[in-house]
Amino acid sequence: MYVGQKVLVVEASAVREILETLLLEWEFDFLVDLTAVDYPARPARFELIYILYSFARNERLRVKCSIALGDRPCTATGIFPTANWLEREVFDMFGIEFSGHPDLRRLLLPEDWEGFPLRRDGSILAMDNRWVRENLGIESGQ
Amino acid sequence: MAQTFLDSNELVLNMGPQHPSTHGVLRVILKLDGEKVTGTECVIGYLHRGVEKIAENRTYQMFAPYVDRMDYIAAVSNGLGYVLAVERLIGVEAPPRAQAARVILTELNRIASHLFWLGTHALDIGAITPLFYTLREREEVLKIFENYCGARLTTHAFRIGGLQYELYEGFEAEVTSFCDWFIPKIDEYEELLTNNRIWKERLVGVGILNATDCRRYGVTGPVLRAAGVKWDLRKAQPYSGYDQYDFEIPVGTNADTYDRYLVRMEEMRQSLRIIRQAVAAIPAGPIMAKVPKVLKPPVGEVYVSIEAPKGELGYFIVSDGTLNPYRVRVRPPSLINLQALDQMVKGALVADVVAIIGTLDIVLGEIDR
Repeated sequence: MYVGQKVLVVEASAVREILETLLLEWEFDFLVDLTAVDYPARPARFELIYILYSFARNERLRVKCSIALGDRPCTATGIFPTANWLEREVFDMFGIEFSGHPDLRRLLLPEDWEGFPLRRDGSILAMDNRWVRENLGIESGQ
Repeated sequence: MAQTFLDSNELVLNMGPQHPSTHGVLRVILKLDGEKVTGTECVIGYLHRGVEKIAENRTYQMFAPYVDRMDYIAAVSNGLGYVLAVERLIGVEAPPRAQAARVILTELNRIASHLFWLGTHALDIGAITPLFYTLREREEVLKIFENYCGARLTTHAFRIGGLQYELYEGFEAEVTSFCDWFIPKIDEYEELLTNNRIWKERLVGVGILNATDCRRYGVTGPVLRAAGVKWDLRKAQPYSGYDQYDFEIPVGTNADTYDRYLVRMEEMRQSLRIIRQAVAAIPAGPIMAKVPKVLKPPVGEVYVSIEAPKGELGYFIVSDGTLNPYRVRVRPPSLINLQALDQMVKGALVADVVAIIGTLDIVLGEIDR
C-alpha cells in the first residue's frame, strides 16, 4: 500500500500464473497498463509493472516484479491481448525481450534504431547517430 | 499449387502515413481480398517525441506544459491528469474553487474534443457541412480558454496544487451563455446526421466491438460505453469533485459505429449539465493550495487516471525524492484503443476502415508521444 494504492510484489517467474489467477478468480479482467522502470544500480535492474483493474469490484492493483538484464520474462499476451503493443513498447524503450510474444518488434522507434532510450544510463542527448546520418542526411539531430 | 493461386489474390495496400482520414501520421497496412479487409498492421511512431524521457530531465512543474502536446485536441484533460497525479504523490488537494474551475474547463474541453471528432468523422464519411458547424462552435470554447489563460490549444491551464490565474471577470456569464447557445446546436447536428440515410448506412453495424472484446483489448471511453458497459471514471472513481455533480453515463447497445456517435452526442449534453451545475456554484476561496516552490515529492510511486474524452488517461509517476521525476509513464487511451482496430476491421470493406478509424477518435500526438 502506498497513498492508498495496492501493490503486489511478486517473483518474475510467477507473474504469468498470478495474472491468470487474478483474472480468473479475482476478476481483474482489464490490463490497464504495462510498463517498466530502470534502476541501473540494482542487480535485477528492471522493474516490470502491470496495472490491473477489476470492473466488477472497481478496484485497481499493481503487480510488480524485478528482472535482470538479459532475462526473458514470460509474455502476458495469452491472458490479455492488450499486452501485445504494451510489451512491444517496453521492448522498444528498455530492450526487455518477452519470451513467447507473437510479434516482438519495435513499436515507436524505427526498426533499425540502436539503443534503448528509456534506460536510465543514457543521457537525454544519447541517440543513434548512425541512423540519423543515414536516414535524415544530417550529422546530428541536436 | 491451388493454394498459391488463391493467395495471389491477396492485395497489400498502404494507407497513410499521409492520408487525410488517418487524422495525422498513422500508416495502416491493409491486406485485402477484393474489397474485403483480411488483416491490418498499424505502423506508428512518426510523431514520437520522447515525452517520457523528457520528463526525467525536467522538474515536476517544468514538465506540466509538455503533457498538453500529447493529445492537443484535449490539452486541458491531459493537464488535469498530470497535476492530479503529482498532487496525489505529494499529498495535496486543490482547494474547492480550483476544483470547480477545473471541472468547468475540462468539460468544455471534452465538448471541444467531441466537436472536432464529429466534424472530421463526418468529413471522412462524406458529409462536409458538419465540419464547418462544429469548428465554429469549437471556436467559442477556445475563446473561453484564450480569455482564461491566453492560449487556445496547448493551454497549460492548471498548476500543481490549483490554478495559476483567478477566474476572469465575467467568466460565469460567458460560460453560461455558451451553454444556452450551444444546446440547440447539438440538435442541429442531430438533425443533419442522426436520421440521415447515408449516414446510417455508413455507420450502422460497422466496426462492432462487443463488451468482452473491449475488456480484452483494454478499450475505454465512448467505445466501451457504446458496447453497453456503464463505466466512466468520473463516476467509478470520482476525482476533482465530480461526485458532487448530477449527470448520466450514456451507453449504447449495438457496439457499432453509429452507437458510438450517439454516445458522444449525449456526452456533450451531459457535459453541459455538469458545466451548468459547476458554474452555478463556484465556491469562493483560494485557488492554490500550499505547494513548495522547490518541489521534492517523497520517494514513492503513484498511478492516477482520469476520464479523458478518448478514454482512460493514466499517469504512472515514480519519485526518487529529487527535483525531477524518476519515471513518468503515460497511459494513452488512443494507443490502446487503436490496438483493437485489427479486430474491428476484419471482414469489413475498405471504405469502412475510414469510418472505423474515425470512430475510434485517435490523436496521433498521444499515440506516439
